[in-house]
Amino acid sequence: MIWLILLPLVWASLAFILGAGRGKWLAIAGLAAQTGLAFDLAAKVGAGGTAISHTIGGWGAPLGIDLTADGLSAAMLLLTQCVALPLAVYASAYYKRDEAAGAYFWPLAGFLISGLNALFLSADLFNIYVTLELVGLAAVGLVAAGGGAQQVAAALRYLFATLVGSGLYLLGVALIYGAYGTVSIEVLTPLVTSETPRLMWIAGGLMLIGLMLKTALFPFHFWLPPAHGGAPAPVSALLSALVVKASFYLILRLWIGPFGPLIAAAEWLAWLPALLGTLAIFWGSWRAIRAERLKLLIAYSTVAQLGYLFLIFPLLTGHGAIQAGVMQAFAHGLAKAGMFVAAGVLIKATGQESVAGLAGAVERLPITLLAFGLAGMTLMGLPPSSGFLAKWQLIEAALDRGYWWLVVVVLAGGLLAAVYVFRVLRQAFLLAPPGQTVATVPRILEWTAFALAAASVLLGLRGVELMQLVGVVA
Amino acid sequence: MKRFVVASGAMAFAVLLIGALLEPLPSGVDLRVAVAANMTASGVEHPVTAVLLNFRGYDTLLEIAVLLLALIVILASGIDTTSDRSRATSSILQTLARLAAPLMIVVAVYLLWAGAFRPGGAFQAGAVLASAAVLLHLTGLLPSWQAPLLTLRWGLTAGFLIFLAVAAGLLTQGSLLQYPPAQAGMLILLIEVGLTLSLGLILAGLFLFLSRDPGDDS
Amino acid sequence: MSSGLLFACVGALLFAMGIAGVILIGNLLRRVLAFNVMGSGAFLILVGLAQRNDVPDPVPQAMVLTGIVVAVAATALALALVRRLHALTGKLELPTDEI
Repeated sequence: MIWLILLPLVWASLAFILGAGRGKWLAIAGLAAQTGLAFDLAAKVGAGGTAISHTIGGWGAPLGIDLTADGLSAAMLLLTQCVALPLAVYASAYYKRDEAAGAYFWPLAGFLISGLNALFLSADLFNIYVTLELVGLAAVGLVAAGGGAQQVAAALRYLFATLVGSGLYLLGVALIYGAYGTVSIEVLTPLVTSETPRLMWIAGGLMLIGLMLKTALFPFHFWLPPAHGGAPAPVSALLSALVVKASFYLILRLWIGPFGPLIAAAEWLAWLPALLGTLAIFWGSWRAIRAERLKLLIAYSTVAQLGYLFLIFPLLTGHGAIQAGVMQAFAHGLAKAGMFVAAGVLIKATGQESVAGLAGAVERLPITLLAFGLAGMTLMGLPPSSGFLAKWQLIEAALDRGYWWLVVVVLAGGLLAAVYVFRVLRQAFLLAPPGQTVATVPRILEWTAFALAAASVLLGLRGVELMQLVGVVA
Repeated sequence: MKRFVVASGAMAFAVLLIGALLEPLPSGVDLRVAVAANMTASGVEHPVTAVLLNFRGYDTLLEIAVLLLALIVILASGIDTTSDRSRATSSILQTLARLAAPLMIVVAVYLLWAGAFRPGGAFQAGAVLASAAVLLHLTGLLPSWQAPLLTLRWGLTAGFLIFLAVAAGLLTQGSLLQYPPAQAGMLILLIEVGLTLSLGLILAGLFLFLSRDPGDDS
Repeated sequence: MSSGLLFACVGALLFAMGIAGVILIGNLLRRVLAFNVMGSGAFLILVGLAQRNDVPDPVPQAMVLTGIVVAVAATALALALVRRLHALTGKLELPTDEI
C-alpha cells in the first residue's frame, strides 16, 4: 500500500521534469496502477476483517510512524483513485496545447493525490499535518495556475483559510504531544480518559475548528465558492470531490478515536456539527438557486452537500452512521466531479459561463446533459442512486435514535437540490436564441462526465459491499 | 466591531491556553528513552538528526515534497520573462560577494557533514547554499532565473528522487525507510548530499525565479 | 516556572496575536507576516513543552524543523501569489466584492 503514496510522487516529479506532453501519459498510467492497488487493498481489508498496518522504518509507534489501512481509509482511497483517474483522462483533453495551467496541472495533481493517499493511510497526527499542508498547497496551486486576477485572488483567499486551518490543527498536535508525549493515534487513544487535562479539550476544539475551516463547513465556507467556482473544471472537480472530504475524514477519525472519551463526556457537542451542517444545507442551496454562473451554482451546491456529512455526528453512537457518511462522501464525490466535468464541457461549448446562456445546449451535447442530470439525480437523492442510499441510511439512523427533525432536514435538502438542478436542465432544454452557436467539443470530455455521473448512480446498486468494507474500523 | 470581537476572543483564548499549560500534566509516553535506546542502530550520533532522517524520516520525505511543490506552484502561477534591468552595484559589494560565496559553500559542506554529530544537516546546508546564490544575485553577479530548462528541473528534483529511490529500494527488503543498521550512516549521507544540492537550488529558486517582475526594484 | 514553560506561554500569546492578525488585517503582506507569527507561536509551544523538564526531548525539535520548512514553503507560495496579484491588479488587498 506504500506504492499508493510513492507512485504519485514519482510521476508528479517526472511530469514536472519532462513537461506536459509526457507528463499526462505518465499520470494516466500511474493513476490506472493506483486504482488497481486501491481495489486490491480494499479487497484485502474487507476479506481480512481487520486493519492492515505498515510500520515505517521498522521502528513502530510511538517512536516511528505507522501507516494503517482500515475499512474507512480503504474506502476513501478507493474514492480518490476512482475519481482521479477519469479526471486525468478528462484533463488530458481539456487543456489546450500551450496553456500554462495545463502544463503544471500534472505535477500539481500528482502531489495532491499523493498527499491525499498519504493522509488516508497515516496513523500519526504530526504526519497528518504534513500531508494536510501537501494537499492544501497543491490545491491552492491548482486554483492559481495560469490564472488571472480573479483566480489568483480566490487562490489567496483559499490559501489563508487553509493555512489558518492547518495552523490550528498544528497547535492541537503540539498540545497533545505536550500532554501525552506521543502523536501516534494508536498509542494515544487508550491513554485518553474522560479525566483528561484541559489542554486536551483545547486541543480538540482547535483541531475541530481548523478542520471545519478546511472542509468549508458553514460559517467557514467563505473561501470555497470563489475558489471552486473560478478554477478550471478539472481542478474544481478535484477540489470539490476529494480535497474537502479529506478534512472531513480527519474529523471523523479524531472523533471516533482519541477524542471519543471527551465526546462521550459531553454529548451535546455532537449537535454542534449537526447544527452547522443544517445551516450549510439551507444556506448553500439558497445561494445555488440564486447563482448566475454555472460553476458558482455547483460550488454552492458543494457547500450544501457537505452539510449532510456533518449530520452524522449525533448519530455515531448508534448503528450505520459511519456507513451513511462514507456513502454520502462517495455519492457526492462522484456526482460533483461529474457535474463539474459536465459544466466544463458546457462552458467550453457555449463559450460563456452563465446559466442563462445554456439555451440550446441539449441539441449538441446530449450526453453531457444526461451526465448532468444523472449527477443531479444523485445529489437530489433519487433512487436507485448512491445519493438515495446515503440519505436512506441517514434517515434510518436518525429514526433509530428518534431524531425526526434530522429527517426533515435531509428531505428538505433533497427538494432544494432539485430546484437548482432543474433550473440548469430547464435552461439547457430551451431553444437557442438565433445567432448563438454551440461549438463541438472532443467526445472524450463528454464521456468522462457520463462515466463519473453514471458511476454515482450505479454505486447505489452495489452499495452493500462498500458498507461492509467500512464496517472494518481500526 | 469585528476587530473588537476577534481581538478579545484571541486574548481570551491566550489566557485560557496559558492557564491550561500551567496545569500539571499526566504522565504519558516518554520518547527520550526510546530515542536514546535506538541511537546506535540509527546510523548517526545526534538525536535530532536521528529522529529527522531515520525514526521519522517519512515526515522528512513529505516535507521535501511540500517544498518542491511550493516551487512548482510559484512557477505555475506565472513568472514574467520581461527583460532584466541590469543592476547597478558598487564594486566593493561585488568583491565582498566574490569572497564570501566560496566561503559559504565550504560552510555548507561542513554543515552537511557535521549534521551527523551536532546540529546541522541537509536543510541548514541547503539554506546556506541558497543564501550564497541570493547574495550573488543581489550584488549583480548572478542573473535571475528564467523558466527552468531541463537541466535545472532535474537538479531541483534530483534530491527528492534520490530519497524516493532509496526509500523504495529499502521497501523491497523490509518496510519503508528501514535502513539496515550497518549501512544506515552511508545511506543517510547519500540522501543528505542529494537533498543539500536540491534544497539549495529550490530555496534559491524561490527567490531567483521571482525577482524580475516589472515595476519594482527589489 | 521552568524556562520551557515560559516559552510555551509566550508561544500561546504569539499564536493568538498571529491568528487575530490573519483574520483582521487587510494588507496581504502583513497577513503573511501574521501567519508567520502564528506558526512561530505553535513551534515555541512544541519546543517549550519539550524542555519543561531538564533533558530536552528531541522528537518535538525534529517536528519543529519539519514545521519550519513547511512554513517556509507556504510563506514563499503566499508571497509569490501576492506579488502576482499586485502585478495583475496593482493592489495589495483582496477584493471585497461578492461574486
